[in-house]
Order: sequence, then structure tokens, then C-alpha cells
Amino acid sequence: MADVEQSEIDPNAPVTKISTPIELKYHFTAGRAASRFMRGLMKKKILGQRCPSCLKVYVPPRGSCASCGVPTEEEVELPPKGIVTTYCIVNVPFYGQKIKIPYVTGTILIDGADIGFMHLLQEVEAEEVRMGMRVEAVWQDDSEMVPGLESIKYFRPTGEEDAPFEEYKEYV
Amino acid sequence: MGAQRCAVIGIGQTKYNSVRDDVSIAGLCREAAIRALEDAQLGWSDIEAVVIGKAPDMFEGVVMPESYLTDALGASGKPIIRVHTAGSVGGSTALVAASLVQSGVHSRVLTVAFEKQSESDAMWALSRPIPFSPPTLAGAGGYFAPLIRAYIRRSGAPSHIGMKVAVKDRLNALKNPYAHLHLDDISMEKVEESPMLWDPIRYLETCPSSDGACAMVLGDEKIASASGKPPAWIHGSAMRSEPTMFAGRDAVNPRAGQDCAKDLYSQAGITNPRKQIDMAEIYVPFSWYEPMWMENLGFAELGQGWKMTDEGATSLDGDLPVNCSGGVLSSNPIGASGMIRFAESALQVRGMAGEHQVQDCNLALGHAYGGGSQYFSMWLVGSKKPN
Repeated sequence: MADVEQSEIDPNAPVTKISTPIELKYHFTAGRAASRFMRGLMKKKILGQRCPSCLKVYVPPRGSCASCGVPTEEEVELPPKGIVTTYCIVNVPFYGQKIKIPYVTGTILIDGADIGFMHLLQEVEAEEVRMGMRVEAVWQDDSEMVPGLESIKYFRPTGEEDAPFEEYKEYV
Repeated sequence: MGAQRCAVIGIGQTKYNSVRDDVSIAGLCREAAIRALEDAQLGWSDIEAVVIGKAPDMFEGVVMPESYLTDALGASGKPIIRVHTAGSVGGSTALVAASLVQSGVHSRVLTVAFEKQSESDAMWALSRPIPFSPPTLAGAGGYFAPLIRAYIRRSGAPSHIGMKVAVKDRLNALKNPYAHLHLDDISMEKVEESPMLWDPIRYLETCPSSDGACAMVLGDEKIASASGKPPAWIHGSAMRSEPTMFAGRDAVNPRAGQDCAKDLYSQAGITNPRKQIDMAEIYVPFSWYEPMWMENLGFAELGQGWKMTDEGATSLDGDLPVNCSGGVLSSNPIGASGMIRFAESALQVRGMAGEHQVQDCNLALGHAYGGGSQYFSMWLVGSKKPN
């Protein structure tokens, strides 16, 4: 329903703006590689794929390597641990926001993977987060597990020594 | 390569503002288009084709602007094409328009790009959760902040560089009557004290939300040579793209941007861009992107871009003035922001940039990027006809 502003106040005033909300529902076909990855997450497993050409390991797997242009079929199971290569402290409110600010999003490079993904960092003060900090996954309760990265509630520091920049500089 | 010569012969901009509720989107685009036609001393009937660009559909809910705007842009009975490359769209729209002239298909083409952020919520549109992932997305800043942090770590740049760019571009904007932000009291202290929105990006180190449109008329060699005002001749143009995510990607210094610049320079015979190019209008939505793009564009060695900012090389009186118009940091109608860079570089070589004119400007770079730094479009325009 169009929500007509202004004209309700003065019938002769020009209509300068109307709000017309649109709802969109869609189906998403994950594909084979992502499906295996998501089913793995439900069993608390992180399943990546290795490129047969450059040998880099994709997490999440995409079924192909964009650099080499070849399918990635070899599956690799990786531990639910890694490092924060870089991060952002989000302190800006916006419509539709799901997480209370301030929160920290980090690029997580799982041990043995060659590409990072974004996830939440918790059980650590925002100002204590560091590049190279070692982190581990905190899984959802069994009843809350879903086929997706949301099965990981967040990542938290392991307390181990930070990785030196030299070790991960190619990933930032 | 057999391309026909092409030049910018008319430029029109609206005043950029946070809310333009006196006009519809169509009215906004028409305002820029009429100014471009007036500058070109041409009428609607002289235009053979129209090429338009805007930001992604969710930004303002207009899914088919090429249909909605046909009438307002005088395109009835003519070809109209819409171009679609996220934030770089203003640049790539201009390049598609230029290609219609360079190919010899048309002799006079109108190109328009726009955004009416006040009728939309780009922050919301850029923060939609990705299926099967945690809802961590927080606008463009949320995506670019970690890359800026990575740049600072890699280059060892001191923290004041981002603030310095923020001040420089706002001071430049005071000389540009079209700029959205006119912050008379901008200072390093003001920037430093502004809230940290996406640590390490502060409020005053980010771009505003603007309404606005930019238009250009492009003509072939015959039309441009007969023009009553100086044309801006296209000396080179290039576009490149790359996937957002792949193993081995350098998202801070993307390969697509480097390749795009190399292609551009080779077309124009540029071997030393910093010496041979007189000024650059580049897409800097967050202040740290100035030094980052200085390196990506080959103006500085890897890790050294911040020194150009620090030494004042990119100031209006520096050896490579960057964003003399105030840049994206001072006006950001997203879909138009790339075209404004292209138009401002053309204004400079035409000697028509007014108070923010660079002296003896003969060759200028217009640059735009978009998405997760995966689309790049660039052109080089000159006061003289290319060989």
C-alpha cells in the first residue's frame, strides 16, 4: 500500500514523496560444492576444496578456482581454527541491522585455507582485536544448527600467540 | 585500432545536495542533460543516442531507468542503453557512450548518470545478508575498512594520512559550487574528533549521501572541431573487472585496476604517469583510498602512495593535483560519482573548471571503481587532438 505523505495535511500541497515497500522472496540454489560445505557445517566440519592447478584451498568451496578456471573436486577437511587477517569495528547504526553495535567483523583465514571469509568476533573487547590473532569457532547449540556459516555463532580468541605478519601477509 | 576520434563537447552537473525534493529522478537527470546540451550548443534533436547509468537497483528501487527516463531524456525514437557496473557505473557509462562515437556508429551521443540517495537507503541495500552467512555486512564501509587496515599495515603509513586527504578534498570542494559538502571550518582536529564509524574509518573520512546527476555530450572529430568551446579529446579509455573473491586475490591493490591503468597509458603513450599526467579525478569514497589508488594507478611505488599525500603532491598546487573538485568525499550521488570524475577531468583540460582549475592542464585522468574493487573504468582526456 502506498503511504502518501503531505497530501493528507494539505490537499493542495504537491506530493513530493511516497513510500512503496517491496517484499522479495527468492529461492537460492546453492550448487554442489556449497551444499557439501553447508551440510558439513551442520556436523561441525569445515570442508574446503583444493584447486588441482594452483593447489590453493577454498573455504567456502565454490566448485571452481577463479584464478585457474578449473573445477575444484578434491575435498579437504580443515580445523575450526584460524587467524584474523584483518577486521573492522562496526559502530554505525542502520535500518535492518541484525547485530547490536559496536561489533567486530573479521576476515577469518582457517588453518590450511588460502582465502578468508567474514565472520563475527566475540568474547573479546573490540579494542583488543588484532591482525594475526588466533581464533576458534564457537558452534551453535545442536538444536540451532543450520546448513550455513550461521552454525558458527562467532569466533573467539584461543589465547595462543599471534601469527607473525610474514605468515599471512599474502592474504591481506 | 581504427577507432574514430571522440571528444567531450558539453558537460552538465546539478548542484549536489542531500535532498532534492523539488524534482523527480527524471527532472534531476533532465536538469543535468539540459546543461550539457547548452554547453555543447546543441538541441535535443541533434542527439542520436542516449546512454545512461545508475547504481544497483536496490539503491532506489528503480529497476528499469532506461524505460522510465526515455521521455525525459529525449530518447523516443532513438537508441537508449543502460550500463550497469556498481559504483564504477558513471565511468563505464561514459565509455560505452564514447564507444558509440569511436566505432563510427553515431556522431553525437548524450550520456547521463544519476542517483537520488534521499529516495533510497544505500546503507540498507549494501547490508543485505548473504544467504547462509552471518548478517555481518555493514555497508560499503564495512567492506572497505578491513582493506584500509590491511593497507596501513602493509605500507606502514602514519594514521594522519586519512585525515589529511579528508581535509584537502573538503578544502577543494569550497572552490566547486556544485559540491555537496561546503565545510568552511574543516580541520585535522575536526576530522580526528569525528566518530569512528567503521574503525579505522571516521565519519569525516567518508563520503556523504547525495542527490545529483551528471551529463556529457560526446561528439566525433568533425563535430568537436567545429565546437565553439574547447573540446576534451579522449586519448585513451579502458575497463577491467575481476571476481570479488578468489584465492590469491589482492583486494587492496587489485590486478584489474593495475591492468586497466597499464592499458590506458599504453594507448596514450604514457611511460611516466606522474610526470606526463597533469591532474587526476579518482574515485575516493573513503579518504585512505587516495594513497591506495596512487599505487594501483602507478603514480607511486608499492607502499609509497601515502607519501604523495603527505608531501602535498596531490594538493591543488602539487605536482599531481587529485580531486580538485572535492571528489567523492564531498559529493556522492553514487551512480553519478564515476561520471563526475570523468566530467571533471574533461573540464580541467577544457580550462573550464573555474576556481578549482589546475594551471596549464593538458592531460587529465578520470577514474572510477565499483563493487568490491572489482570493476574499473578510466579515461585520459587532453586539450589537444590525439595523434
